[in-house]
Amino acid sequence: MEACNCIEPQWPADELLMRYQYISDFFIALAYFSIPLELIYFVKKSAVFPYRWVLVQFGAFIVLCGATHLINLWTFTMHSRTVAIVMTAAKVLTAAVSCATALMLVHIIPDLLSVKTRELFLKNKAAELDREMGLIRTQEETGRHVRMLTHEIRSTLDRHTILKTTLVELGRTLALEECALWMPTRSGVELQLSYTLRHQNPVGFTVPIQLPVINQVFSTNRAVKISPNSPVARRRPSGRYMPGEVVAVRVPLLHLSNFQINDWPELSTKRYALMVLMLPSDSARQWHVHELELVEVVADQVAVALSHAAILEESMRARDLLMEQNVALDLARREAETAVRARNDFLAVMNHEMRTPMHAIIALSSLLQETELTPEQRLMVETILKSSNLLATLINDVLDLSRLEDGSLRLDIGPFDLHGLFKEVLNLIKPIASVKKLFVTLSLSSDLPEYAIGDEKRLMQIMLNIVGNAVKFSKEGGISISAFVAKSDSLRDPRAPDFFPVPSDNHFYLRVQVKDTGSGINPQDIPKLFTKFAQSQSLATKNSGGSGLGLAICKRFVNLMDGHIWLESDGLGKGCTAVFMVKLGIGGRLNEAKIPYASRAPVNHVWTNFPGLKVLVMDDNGVSRMVTKGLLVHLGCDVTTVGSGDECLRAVSNEHKVVFMDVSVPGLDIYEVAVRIHEKFSKRHDRPLIVALTGNTDRVTKESCLRVGMDGVVLKPVSVDKMRSVLSELLDHGVLLESQ
Amino acid sequence: MDGVIQLQRQLVDYTTSLYKEGFLDDQFKQLQQLQDESNPDFVIEVVYLFFEDSERLLNELSKTLNQQNVDFKKVDAHVHQLKGSSSSIGAQRVQNVCIAFRNYCEEQNSEGCLKCLQLIKHEYSLVKNKLETMFKLEKQVLVAGGSIPMH
Repeated sequence: MEACNCIEPQWPADELLMRYQYISDFFIALAYFSIPLELIYFVKKSAVFPYRWVLVQFGAFIVLCGATHLINLWTFTMHSRTVAIVMTAAKVLTAAVSCATALMLVHIIPDLLSVKTRELFLKNKAAELDREMGLIRTQEETGRHVRMLTHEIRSTLDRHTILKTTLVELGRTLALEECALWMPTRSGVELQLSYTLRHQNPVGFTVPIQLPVINQVFSTNRAVKISPNSPVARRRPSGRYMPGEVVAVRVPLLHLSNFQINDWPELSTKRYALMVLMLPSDSARQWHVHELELVEVVADQVAVALSHAAILEESMRARDLLMEQNVALDLARREAETAVRARNDFLAVMNHEMRTPMHAIIALSSLLQETELTPEQRLMVETILKSSNLLATLINDVLDLSRLEDGSLRLDIGPFDLHGLFKEVLNLIKPIASVKKLFVTLSLSSDLPEYAIGDEKRLMQIMLNIVGNAVKFSKEGGISISAFVAKSDSLRDPRAPDFFPVPSDNHFYLRVQVKDTGSGINPQDIPKLFTKFAQSQSLATKNSGGSGLGLAICKRFVNLMDGHIWLESDGLGKGCTAVFMVKLGIGGRLNEAKIPYASRAPVNHVWTNFPGLKVLVMDDNGVSRMVTKGLLVHLGCDVTTVGSGDECLRAVSNEHKVVFMDVSVPGLDIYEVAVRIHEKFSKRHDRPLIVALTGNTDRVTKESCLRVGMDGVVLKPVSVDKMRSVLSELLDHGVLLESQ
Repeated sequence: MDGVIQLQRQLVDYTTSLYKEGFLDDQFKQLQQLQDESNPDFVIEVVYLFFEDSERLLNELSKTLNQQNVDFKKVDAHVHQLKGSSSSIGAQRVQNVCIAFRNYCEEQNSEGCLKCLQLIKHEYSLVKNKLETMFKLEKQVLVAGGSIPMH
């Protein structure tokens, strides 16, 4: 053996053990070399890792450890000194690096650890956020539910739909077991179960409103948790042990449609309904705040919707009522129009149809009157005429009354002969009174003006009505008519307290009193007399015709004439006095205006008066002359009388409009007088009209008269009416067409 | 008031009887109609005129008829006048006699005429009495404060 610088191995070479060591070192070295490679590879891959320097150190440390172990492989056998030196160098380096690394790691590892805790923290946070996200999502969903519920509630104005929808949607949203609504009864002392979701409780069940739990709920506008055992939260015993939590909230019942946001008005009548919500039993669910808030919001919305629904209901009801009333009113209006039209048609028909025969009767009776009649016949004809005139009056009465009611009647104001009017009334009433053997007296006061301005026809109507009534209701005795001018002291009559006559210079008040000796009137019946169509039973005799309209019409006419009318009676059987006062204008004579007078017998256009008409009367018989003169003077003419033909020719002038000649005048032949008159007046319009008065109407006389140019022949005796119509015809036509 | 009514009734009854008995006819009514405020005494005036006229005529008639040679024309004229007057008044009966008288005149029957004259005188005095009574009654009524009933 050579002396070599070999190092003897530590222990004797045990073949197996050495072999194992040899292999392990080999593998360790391998691992030590590959680990840094892996590290480098992965570090290169990840950009994030902040401690590269540490890795390098670590790598170096590992490499050197590997190198050490590798070199260790050579030491198992005899090895040279170099190997030993390298081995030692490697070991030294390794020691250095590993110490450095150890020192380095002291800095690093807390950091690494803190990263870990942060990671854990973040994970927890992420989990929490997830949870909260879930919650928010749920809330969002419930919010959507609320909006939808509100929309559903507010989209309908039907109360039941509102409430049902509320319960259904709430039940769905909050997954309730039961949801119930209790409404106050009409009396307000009880709450009645009105709506339920799942019908666990019977509808119609009531609880008194004064329960403490209910008061508690009503006293706040928040949703209140109540005990599941309270009467409002009762349920059918369902065998479950743990009933779910119950919440109740008040629902204000309002009738206001204007709600300011967050500004609920203070309610004077606080009526509430109760909404009770029950969570499912045997679930661990609890009421969450957001759910309570949801419930409160829904309760408010329901309140609003209900009030709207109530208002709408009311307005619909009012509208229906109005429509019904409208229909009824329309019908009534149409009926009234029909009635008015029917009445007008009836009046028009009556006007025409009834007047036509009346006209015929009156006309023919008047004509009959003018023919030769015996006195009895004359009386009969006069009665016919008067009666038919009264009937015509009645027809006119009814028409007048209808026009009076319409307010369409106007007075026909004009000048008229007041005295004449009374006389005419007298003439008209005399026949009837004489039939009943009643006397009629007329007394006109001396200061009563002869002419007045007013509605003659209506005044006549009033007079005829009153006098007619007086005659009608008197069986014996008579009627006395008196007329005078009312003086100021007698103007205010205690029996006419509403009557305030104001006399003036242009007007005077005519006061007429008609006293009869008839059956009288019960003082209690007097007010009724002026009512239309009312006839007191005691007054109605079997002879009383008439419709009962007369006095009513009189009253209206009198009122139109600014007057007053009343009746007095001392009682039944004691007669009756009718008094009326009317305002008339003071009129002058009728010279200025010759107003034609429509006489009651509408035969011809007959003048009533011929004021100032200059007439010459030739008659040799004094009496006859006087009578004719009186006749003409009565008609208002200015009469000159002559007793012979000569005087006649001397007196006649172109001022005279008519010359009446009595045929039996001796001396100058009357026919010659006529001829002479013709000669005297060459122009036609200058010449007076010549009329012969004769008791003889044979054809010869007539022809002779007409041959000499006479304008007419009149048969004696001449009545006032006849003379009137003669003069009318002469003045209208200039000739007498018929021999009168 | 009752007294007046009584008088009025009396007057009315009387007047009615005159008409019924034919003393007066419708013409008298016509005369009464002509009486009014402007002519308050028309009837009386006419009636008295008639009285005057008739008396005169009757005297003339007596004279004429009592002559030897009766002038029938004159008689006729007078009677005609009387007839006219009485018809104007409405003295019916007088008028009727006048008509008969005229017939006799035409026949120139003096016997008949004289008889008629007597008759006329009689009728005339009758109607005169009646009318005067009537006027008296009217006056009484007026004095008592009533008014003349017209019918």
